[in-house]
Amino acid sequence: MRKVKFLPVAMCLPILAACNRHQSTLAPFGEEADKVRSIAIVLVVGSVILAAGLALLMRHAMRAPEGRLTHKGGMKLVLWLGGIGPSILLLGLLLYALPAMRPIPVADTDLRIGVEGEQFWWRVRYAPPGGPLVESANELRLPVGRTVELSLRGTDVIHSFWVPGLAGKMDMIPGRTNRLIVRATKAGTYRGVCAEFCGLGHALMAFDVVAMEPAAFERWLAAQARPATPTASPGARLFASYGCSGCHSVRGIGPVAKIGPDLTHFGSRATLAAGVLPMTHANIAGFVRDPGKTKPGVRMPAFPQMSAAEADQIASYLQGLK
Amino acid sequence: MTTSKDNRKHWARDLKVTLWTLILPPTIWAVHFMFCYLWVAVTCAKSPTPGTALNGFPLATLIATIVALLGIVAAGYIARVQSQTPGDPAPHDEGTAIDRLRFLALSTRLLAGLSFVAVIFTALPVIVFGDCR
Repeated sequence: MRKVKFLPVAMCLPILAACNRHQSTLAPFGEEADKVRSIAIVLVVGSVILAAGLALLMRHAMRAPEGRLTHKGGMKLVLWLGGIGPSILLLGLLLYALPAMRPIPVADTDLRIGVEGEQFWWRVRYAPPGGPLVESANELRLPVGRTVELSLRGTDVIHSFWVPGLAGKMDMIPGRTNRLIVRATKAGTYRGVCAEFCGLGHALMAFDVVAMEPAAFERWLAAQARPATPTASPGARLFASYGCSGCHSVRGIGPVAKIGPDLTHFGSRATLAAGVLPMTHANIAGFVRDPGKTKPGVRMPAFPQMSAAEADQIASYLQGLK
Repeated sequence: MTTSKDNRKHWARDLKVTLWTLILPPTIWAVHFMFCYLWVAVTCAKSPTPGTALNGFPLATLIATIVALLGIVAAGYIARVQSQTPGDPAPHDEGTAIDRLRFLALSTRLLAGLSFVAVIFTALPVIVFGDCR
């Protein structure tokens, strides 16, 4: 009997696995997500109060002595609790929730970031007002307290851009640009995901979101705008001889290539393979030789002819691209 | 049980009641919805930028909403009076004209309540958002 009593509690425990501060609507770091959380709290608390009120009413009705409740009284109750009450309640909720749907105003001087979803990674282009276009991948950095307009597009299939702690999700559709205006409110590292099934590697299409203080962001962006420093390491030679630069740009060193993610400052990112693996030497070497092992359906080919030593040298080279 | 007030003659009870009068409130709701939807769709399709304000739109919506609500209230009031028409005395062996009137009037009254709320719910987002975003 005791076991049965605790069964509902035990069944609810897996839900707690979703609790974290990196990827949760309940741990907001953006204005819009904050509003959504407030609305969710009001709805949940309101529902509990409503359910408790109905339970009390049922208890009262069941325990009332015979003849105490009249048909007319019952009809009045239906009218007020079934018609007028819910209409007023829904009207109140609509008035409360509507302002949260109003987009944040954006000015010409605000930062624009273009994000493109590709199978199964993210191309990110920063367009600061008056500054050069800076391309990066699989990581989104935002200045805290500033309005940012995200232009979202899909290049192959439909993806969906979702950073639960920042704002609601928005589809990325080929041939169409959707705009999402966000404002980060708290510095930290968070996580975003693709929220629309886009192929075999869909569940492995994530990215880091780093909200930074504005001054630190400006410094970071200036560093990202600089080209990579040329190096004569064996890894750099192997990178070129295996044809990696045919798909990946390393600004200042190789040719401009637009097929795969830009690797100019690859070593400064926290994760590898679009938010899937920690940025370690072993992970980079393994991914370079056989990316399909980590990410099924990935377009990057495997290099079975590449020796482990060569993969290590390429990994060292890439890690050095800070 | 009927009161003397229910028995009084009322001009609304002399009005013709048909299925067309029954669907009057939801028709007003539909026309109001189409007006709001089409105006926004056409204006935004022509607009070069999503942030463009809908000039004069909140005022036009407000006027359309008031007109729609007045129409629904009028239909609801007539239906209320008609639905309170005293029924025929026993025996109730077959449907009568008064039964028909009371049934149609009650249905119209309930539809008027639904349409009243729906028109307000349609208008609020249009009035709150003043642009195409």
